[in-house]
Amino acid sequence: MKKKLFFLLSFFFLYCNSLLAVTYNSEPKIFIQELVDDAIKTLSDKSTTVEEKNAVIEKIATENVDIKALGLYTLGKIRKELDEKTINNYQVIFQKYFLKSLTSRLTDYSSQKFQVIESEQKSSNYTIVKSKIVESVKSPEIKVDWRVYTKNPQKPLIRDLIVEGLSLARTQKEEFASILNSNNNDVNALIKKLEEFVSG
Amino acid sequence: MGLKKLQVIFYLIVLNILLAVSANAEAENECFEKVSRGIFKFNQGFDNIVLEPVAKVYNKLPEPVRNGTGNFTSNIATLLSIPNHLLQGELRLAGHATGSFVVNTTIGILGFGNPAAALGLENQKEDLGQTLGSYGVGGGCYFVLPILGPTTLRDSFGMIADNQYLDAFARVTWHEKEIKSLSGNKLDYVGVKAATAIDFRGENMTNFESLEKNSIDLYAATKSLYLQDRTKKIKNKSSSDDDTWGELDK
Repeated sequence: MKKKLFFLLSFFFLYCNSLLAVTYNSEPKIFIQELVDDAIKTLSDKSTTVEEKNAVIEKIATENVDIKALGLYTLGKIRKELDEKTINNYQVIFQKYFLKSLTSRLTDYSSQKFQVIESEQKSSNYTIVKSKIVESVKSPEIKVDWRVYTKNPQKPLIRDLIVEGLSLARTQKEEFASILNSNNNDVNALIKKLEEFVSG
Repeated sequence: MGLKKLQVIFYLIVLNILLAVSANAEAENECFEKVSRGIFKFNQGFDNIVLEPVAKVYNKLPEPVRNGTGNFTSNIATLLSIPNHLLQGELRLAGHATGSFVVNTTIGILGFGNPAAALGLENQKEDLGQTLGSYGVGGGCYFVLPILGPTTLRDSFGMIADNQYLDAFARVTWHEKEIKSLSGNKLDYVGVKAATAIDFRGENMTNFESLEKNSIDLYAATKSLYLQDRTKKIKNKSSSDDDTWGELDK
């Protein structure tokens, strides 16, 4: 009986989780539009607390951003010299760091209006979706390009945000490289910095 | 030998060194990182104490005043863009910039209005650093200047040469040379540059705050953004075509 109850409960939780998982259109342009609309709707919902908002944003990001690839990319060439355990340790803290900085960044821009303009397929693996933050009294128009990884056409994943031609992933990569360079390429020094950011 | 001839020879020598350096060095190499980090901290202090508070007050001004200031400083910057478009062989853009300057200075009342934009005239900012970049001159090494901020060997050389020879506004104000009965002084030059900086800081308030809050090495993040921005401007591209992701997919 206990076993049956356990399976029933497990099945129930799995079912609920699948209902909560947000799925977007697989066409990159519509995918970005739906995802951004969802994020803005979440952030501007006055009936939810900041923690609830962050939880939803983190869920959206975990499911639709290629955080693992982003983590490896930002680590640079040093990733080839690291063992699996160290990479895994780094990936765990990188995900926390990424989600914290993403929610903070999105909150900063949530009051502004987004508009998706067009998409351009760069290769079978990548499509660039062009969008803009519409000009407001507070700030001028900002062009935002999304690098969408389309190796699996059914499940597009965001890999980079390019704001006015400036790649956030590349900036992050160069920021990490600077920390590694000043610490004799010791990845633990980078992990420590990321932990400080997450707990700060 | 006259002083001017000596100056020209000096600039040619510097340009030669630049070309030699750029052939051997990547743009991201630092000239003297420790000093630059120190200056960067000083600049952050200056921003916290002076620039940011002034920009916050500026942002409270009515929108037409802020737009007018932005248009005015942008129109003056066109005077530097025109010769640089020509040096890059961009005749169409030089024509657009000249048209924009004429229309905005006259119909736009000294550049406070921007009717040229409504006429479809492009006004893309250019400087000698970008021109040299378009000739294939690399950035050389990177460093930070007090108050003026991030730069490279190429861009700081370009900035000095722009001020000395190419920028008509600097000729009239900073160097106090009369051109067609137009005259000015150093204060005019500093005033316009300060207004440009305040307008830029005010427009990018959220961007600066977000960057500062989310960086684990703000110096390195600023350096990366500066170098990416210069590359984008040299290539005259609005979006990044950088594909360093390819290696990850192999």
